Amino acid sequence: MSLSKIKFDKKIVLSFWIILIALIIAAPTLLPVFRLNLLGRYLSLSIVALGVDLIWGYTGLLSLGQGIFFALGGYCAAMYLQITSSSEFPNNIPEFFALYGVEKLPFFWEPFKSPVFTFFAIWIIPALVAGLIGFLVFRNRIKGVYFSILTQASLLVFFNFFNGQQKLINGTNGLKTDVTQLFGQMVGSESMQRIFFWITATLVIAAWFFAKWVVKGRFGNILIGIRDDEPRVRFTGYNPVIFKTIIFSIAGGLAGISGALYTVQSGIVSPQFMTVPFSIEMVIWVAVGGRGTLLGAILGAVFINYAKSLVSEALPASWMFIQGGLFILVVTALPEGVLGWIQGDGPRNLLQRFGLKRKIETYPSLEINNKEQK
Amino acid sequence: MKTKNLLNLIDITVSFEGFLALNKLNLNLKKGELRAVIGPNGAGKTTFLDVITGKVRPTKGEVIFKGKSLVGSKEHKIARLGVGRKFQSPRIFENLTVKENLEISVTTPKSPLNLIQKSIKDEQLNEIERLMKIVNLAQKVDSKAGSLSHGQKQWLEIAMLVGQKPDLMLVDEPVAGLTDEETDLTADLLKSLSGENTVVVIDHDMEFIRRLDSNVSVLNQGTVLCEGTMETIQKDQKVIEVYLGRPED
Repeated sequence: MSLSKIKFDKKIVLSFWIILIALIIAAPTLLPVFRLNLLGRYLSLSIVALGVDLIWGYTGLLSLGQGIFFALGGYCAAMYLQITSSSEFPNNIPEFFALYGVEKLPFFWEPFKSPVFTFFAIWIIPALVAGLIGFLVFRNRIKGVYFSILTQASLLVFFNFFNGQQKLINGTNGLKTDVTQLFGQMVGSESMQRIFFWITATLVIAAWFFAKWVVKGRFGNILIGIRDDEPRVRFTGYNPVIFKTIIFSIAGGLAGISGALYTVQSGIVSPQFMTVPFSIEMVIWVAVGGRGTLLGAILGAVFINYAKSLVSEALPASWMFIQGGLFILVVTALPEGVLGWIQGDGPRNLLQRFGLKRKIETYPSLEINNKEQK
Repeated sequence: MKTKNLLNLIDITVSFEGFLALNKLNLNLKKGELRAVIGPNGAGKTTFLDVITGKVRPTKGEVIFKGKSLVGSKEHKIARLGVGRKFQSPRIFENLTVKENLEISVTTPKSPLNLIQKSIKDEQLNEIERLMKIVNLAQKVDSKAGSLSHGQKQWLEIAMLVGQKPDLMLVDEPVAGLTDEETDLTADLLKSLSGENTVVVIDHDMEFIRRLDSNVSVLNQGTVLCEGTMETIQKDQKVIEVYLGRPED
């Protein structure tokens, strides 16, 4: 009946993975540096999209504030890179501090001198912030559109805070990473960017398997239960607040990883990561790709962003219209997103409309899947 | 006396902005009892269930279950204490399969850690098998619950309720929209559950209530009008006035 139910031959699955891994290894030689860098950035965005799919597609929580966690991850990575590369600047602190007359490193920068701390901070800090915001919101049973508005409001609070704190984190200018050093190499250099691409590709696959593991089995079923009928879950003896807090925290952690990878590949983190449109775009990637499919979130993030850069190169200023049109198309014609449409009866119905396939006379599940008749 | 009862409702009053949905309602249930609750529309039948399950907090009064007060406890805590509820319209998880629905109900403990770390226990799988046989859904194990017929959905929800192993089962209109045959089977099922479990059934359908052959409480305007066997209440003048005398709508 649907693609997901067709059991692919193990050999096909294996060869698919071999081709994919070969492509990832070969990508730096196949693509020009500029394109490779773009692909790496868009792949890192697909990790935040996976988080959006977990909370929205599976649990029904439409967050318009994922940019908070995305930016936090980015800032963690950038702070570490700035500090390790600041030995030649006055007071051994990052260069921008001199512009505002700051002579002493603000206290919260201190732990970021440690690479180990930074490695954990990139995903744990966003996850903790998400867990805290989530717990307070979910405990008070705020849901639906009120939840969305609240996340967007939090986003604005974070944006304004980061934007205004020149003396702490360089405010609206953000933190540059491309001229910093990591393990003796320039972060913006070609060889480093190649390594970042491979790390990103690996982490996308890892995040995908992790997300699949989270939603499989009874834990995932409870998430779907919360999305479809939360009171029923409660009357069955489960506490939805805990489940929602956990999944929101996981999405926050994924957003942090995503933000850190995006930062090192785009060369800067700034409060622009916390603008309202960017967080809404994350939702659009998932909506177009297919809610509740995980793979759809990855494909949506990569393809829409790639399309965005190609279209913007050819016809500047037209992208916003195309993106808006795409969203309207998905909402009206493909509510399950492209992947959801393919996995459902979409292609079959389309072929029928053009007379290429026989019309189904009874329920589709009966005609296609004879097993159910017995 | 009071300690022997599984559930005591004492002077429950629920006021929705001045409107009294329940007005000094008193009701006691013994362990193992099957009790039918009837009453005209707006008598407060569903609010009565909402109070026990923690959805609505009573303005005044006490709910004592197994000797403990339930007032102010969260819904999931009350459910874990052993109060199960079946809703008026079947509320099952339509996007999950029959088996997955039952897994959700039989799983213990109901903590996220248990769900993500451990796979389901064998005895719970056996329990699911047993439940599916009781409600005739064994062939639909892997069908989406949303594709079931209305009657099958009602039964799946009853099976989910039983799977929770509650001491007190609150069943709200279990036969709404069922065929006569299904209604009879449901009545037998509920009767077989009582004894071991305490069951409260709320319904309009007089034939069904009669078949349950249990004590009946008649609610009217948020308070218990009369209690007794079907025969007693049918002779009660007050009940005839407010309920039985009217043509059924």
